[in-house]
Amino acid sequence: MVTSLLMVLPLIVSLVYKEDCYISFLISMGVSLAIGFTLMVFCKTEDRVIYAKEGFVIVALSWLCMSAVGALPFVLSGEIPSYIDAFFETVSGFTTTGASILDDVEMLSHGTLFWRSFTHWVGGMGVLVFIMAIIPASTDRSIHILRAEVPGPIVGKLVPKMRDTAIILYLIYIVLTVIEIVMLLLGGMPLFDSLVHSFGTAGTGGFGIKSDSIASYSPYLQWVITVFMMIFGVNFNLYYLLLTKKIKSVFRSEELWTYIGIGLVSTAVIAFNIRDMYSSLSETVRISSFQVATIVTTTGYATADFNLWPDLSKTILLLLMFIGSCAGSTAGGFKISRVIMLFKMIKREIKSLIHPRAVGVVRFEGKKVDDPVLKSLSAYFAIYVACFIGIFLLISFDGYDILTNFSASAACFNNIGPGLGAVGPAANYAGYSVFSKFVLSVAMLLGRLEIYPILFFMSRAAWSKK
Amino acid sequence: MKIVVAGCGKIGQTVIGSLVAEGHDLVAIDSDNEILKELTNIYDIMVICGNCADSDVLEEIAIHEAELFVALTGSDELNMLACFVAKRMGASNTIARIRNPEYNDDSLVFLRKELDLSMSINPDMLTASELFNILKLPSAVKIEHFSRRNFEMIELIIKSDSELDGVKLADMKGRYGSKVLICAVQRDDNVYIPDGNFVLQAGDKISVSADHTDISKLLKTLSIHRKQSKNVMILGGSKSAFYLAKMLIHSGASVKIIEKDINRCNELCEKLPHAMMIHGNGAQQELLLEEGLRSMDAFVALTGMDEENILISIYAAANNVPTVISKVNTHELATMGARLGLDCIVSPKNITSDIFVRYARALKNSMGSNVETLYKIMDGKAEALEFRVQPHSRITEIQLKDLKFKKNILIAGIIRGKKIIIPGGDDVILGDDKVIVVSRDHKLNDIEDILG
Repeated sequence: MVTSLLMVLPLIVSLVYKEDCYISFLISMGVSLAIGFTLMVFCKTEDRVIYAKEGFVIVALSWLCMSAVGALPFVLSGEIPSYIDAFFETVSGFTTTGASILDDVEMLSHGTLFWRSFTHWVGGMGVLVFIMAIIPASTDRSIHILRAEVPGPIVGKLVPKMRDTAIILYLIYIVLTVIEIVMLLLGGMPLFDSLVHSFGTAGTGGFGIKSDSIASYSPYLQWVITVFMMIFGVNFNLYYLLLTKKIKSVFRSEELWTYIGIGLVSTAVIAFNIRDMYSSLSETVRISSFQVATIVTTTGYATADFNLWPDLSKTILLLLMFIGSCAGSTAGGFKISRVIMLFKMIKREIKSLIHPRAVGVVRFEGKKVDDPVLKSLSAYFAIYVACFIGIFLLISFDGYDILTNFSASAACFNNIGPGLGAVGPAANYAGYSVFSKFVLSVAMLLGRLEIYPILFFMSRAAWSKK
Repeated sequence: MKIVVAGCGKIGQTVIGSLVAEGHDLVAIDSDNEILKELTNIYDIMVICGNCADSDVLEEIAIHEAELFVALTGSDELNMLACFVAKRMGASNTIARIRNPEYNDDSLVFLRKELDLSMSINPDMLTASELFNILKLPSAVKIEHFSRRNFEMIELIIKSDSELDGVKLADMKGRYGSKVLICAVQRDDNVYIPDGNFVLQAGDKISVSADHTDISKLLKTLSIHRKQSKNVMILGGSKSAFYLAKMLIHSGASVKIIEKDINRCNELCEKLPHAMMIHGNGAQQELLLEEGLRSMDAFVALTGMDEENILISIYAAANNVPTVISKVNTHELATMGARLGLDCIVSPKNITSDIFVRYARALKNSMGSNVETLYKIMDGKAEALEFRVQPHSRITEIQLKDLKFKKNILIAGIIRGKKIIIPGGDDVILGDDKVIVVSRDHKLNDIEDILG
C-alpha cells in the first residue's frame, strides 16, 4: 500500500524545479530528490494496484510531503526562520488559502514570493492531476487519485482516458492563466507582479506581494482580477463543453446560474450597505464586487479592509466563505452544487412530512441524483460541521475573541485566507501559537482535499494491511 | 481509436477489458449505474448511464467521433436500433449482438444490409462453432485456422502415457519429419515460447502449427484418436446447444440433448427433428447413466450454471467419456475447473471478446497496421497473428537465423501463395508472403515489430 509513495518523487521534483535563483531552492531540491529516491527504493517490490484506499493515502501523503518539503526554501533562505511558520505558509500556498503569517510581505525576495504564489497555481488544479498528465503510464485504477484530489461531489471524466482528461484540464487552466497575465500586462502591471497575481487568482489562492494586497493597483487591474477570480471559480468542465461547442448545456447549468446569482445579489447588498463609506458609486461597486468575488471564490485578495464595514456586510462575507464556488473549480469551500442539493433534499424532507406518501426525486442539472450520493452528501455535511467545530474549539485556547477565532477557522478551513477581527485583510496569522498554526495548517489541508483523505490518513484503517 | 460499447453485461465487460488493454479510448453505456461505477473503478474508461438507442445520450458522448460502436445489450431489437441510430449519427462502424435464432437465418443478411451493420455477432453461434471444431478433432483442445483454413494451429494436452513426454524439441524433427512446429507451451500457469532445447513433459498444453495434412499425420504417429465424435450428449437446451446440435446433425452425428424445462424441450424438438430430446434433470447421475453416458463419444455441458457444468463434467470424465467439454463463463471458475482436471473449457465471453480485439486491430489495419488475423492462444496468455509482408520490408530476403528477434517471438509459419512452409533457420521471408507469428507480452501491429 505504501507503494504509492512512489508518486511523491516526480511530484516533488516537478514542483521544486521551478525556482533556480537561490541556493536554498537547490538544497530543497536535493532533499526532496533524496526523500523521493529513498521512498522509491523502499517501495519498489510491492505491487502497484491503486484501490480507493491507496488513492486516499497517496493523495494525503503527497500533500503532506509536498508541504513539508515546500517549506524548506522559506526556512533555508532565512526569510521565515521558524519551521512551523514556513509550514503554515506553504500549506496555505498549496491549499490555495492565502493565509499568511508574515507581517511585511514586501521585504521578501522575489524568488520566495514567486515560489509562494507558484504553490497556489500548482495546488489549485491538483498536483497529482498534473503528474498524471505528464507521466505516460497510469494504471487503470488511478481514477481513485483523481477522485480524492479534485474537489466536488461527483467527479466525471471529460474524455475516456484519464491522462487526456488531466491534460485537457491543465490546458484550459494554463490558457486562462496566460490570458490573465496578458490582460494584467496590458493594464500596466509589471511582469513579475502580473505573474504572481495571475498565479494567485488562477489557484484562487490570494498571496499578494504588497501589504495592502491589490488596493494600490488601478481600477482596471482590480476589475480584471475580479472577473478572473469569478472565472476560476466556475466548474472547468463547463469550459470544456464550451470548447466542444455544447453551449446549450453550459447555459443549462444550475450551479453556474446560482453562482452568478449569489455573486450579484451579495454585491448589490454590500454595495448598498457601504454606500456612505466611499465617494463615488463606481468605487463602491468596484470594491464590493471585488470583495464578494475574492470571498466567494475563496481567493483572499483584498482591496479594502472589510473589518471596518458594517456588520451586515461582514456577515454576508462570512456566509459566503462557507458556500465557496462551483465544484470542479480551483476554489474551496462547501461548494455551491452541494448547497443546492442540500436545499433540495431539505425541501423533499419537508414535503414528505406533510405528505407522508409522496415520492420525491432530487434533481440537479436536470438529472436525478441517486440516493447514495445524497446520503454521502449529508454525511459530508455532518463531518464538515464537526471538523469546523473541532478546529474552532482547538484554536480558541489562544485567547482571541470569538469573531477572530470563528472567522480564522472558516477562512482556513474553506481556503480563503483573510478572516475578520484580528485576522482581517490588513492583519495576519502571526499572533497565533505554534499549536494553533499547526491546527490551522491541518484545517487548510482538510478543506482543500475535502476532509476524507486527511481524515482517513489519520485513522488506523489506512495503515493496517487488511 | 474511440470505441463505444453499449450494454455492460458479462460479455460487454470482457470486451471492454480486452479493448482497454489494447489501448483504445472506451466509452461504456449502460442503464445500470452500479455496474458503471464498478467499471470506472477497474478500467480507465468513460461511462454514461442511459438508454443506448437514445440520440441525446449518443450526442453527449460525441458518437460521430467513434470509429466503432458495439451494441451488446440483452435485447436484439435494442441492439439493432442502437446501431442504426449510431450509424445515422456518424459512427464509422457498428456491430450488434443478434442472438435470437429467428434473426440468424436468411433475414440476417437483409438486416445487416438495411441497418448498415459492419458485423453482427452471435456469441451462442460462435460458441457452438468453437465446440463443433473441437468435436471434429476430439483430441485437440482448440483449433485456429489461418489464411483461409490452409494453415492450422491446434492445442493439445500431452497425456502421461504419450510418446511426447520427455522429448526434446530439437529431436522432434528426426522423429516426426520437419513439418511440425511446437510454437507455445503452457506449463502450470506459465506460457513459454520454446526453443530447440525445450523438453516436453506430461501435462503440458502445447500449440502445434502445421498444414492440415501434416497434422493428421502427426496425430496418427502419436496414435491419438482423431475420429469425429459420432455420439454426443449435450446437457442443457440453451441457444448454443441448439446451434451445436444443428451443426452436428448436419455432419452426421447423433445428438442427445437433456433439458429440464419441458416447454424448451418441445420447442427444440420441433426445430431439431433429428435430435433426441430428453426431459429431465441432468444433475441426476442415474438419468445420465440411463441415457447411456458411458457409450458416448463426447459430453458437452452447456447449462447456464458454471458450477453445474464443471461438476457434471467431472462426473462424465470419471465415467470415461473420451471428450468432455464444459462451458464456463467465469474466469475464476474456469481456472479452478482446469485444476480439477477438466481439459477442455470453453468461455463464450472470451471467444466473443477475441473477435472484437481482432476486429479492432483490423480496423487499425486500414490505418496502417498489417494484422490479417489474430488469435489469442493458451487462455489468452499468448497471441498468434497473421501478417502480410510488404515487399522491401526489413525482414525480407534474410535467413531467419540471421534475423535478430525480440524475446518470446516465434515464426510459426510462412505462407507463399498456396505453399505452406514450416520455417527452419535457413528459410527466408519474401515480399507478399503471409507470416504467422506467435508472441507473448507484445502488442504487435506490424511484422517489423518482431525485430529486436
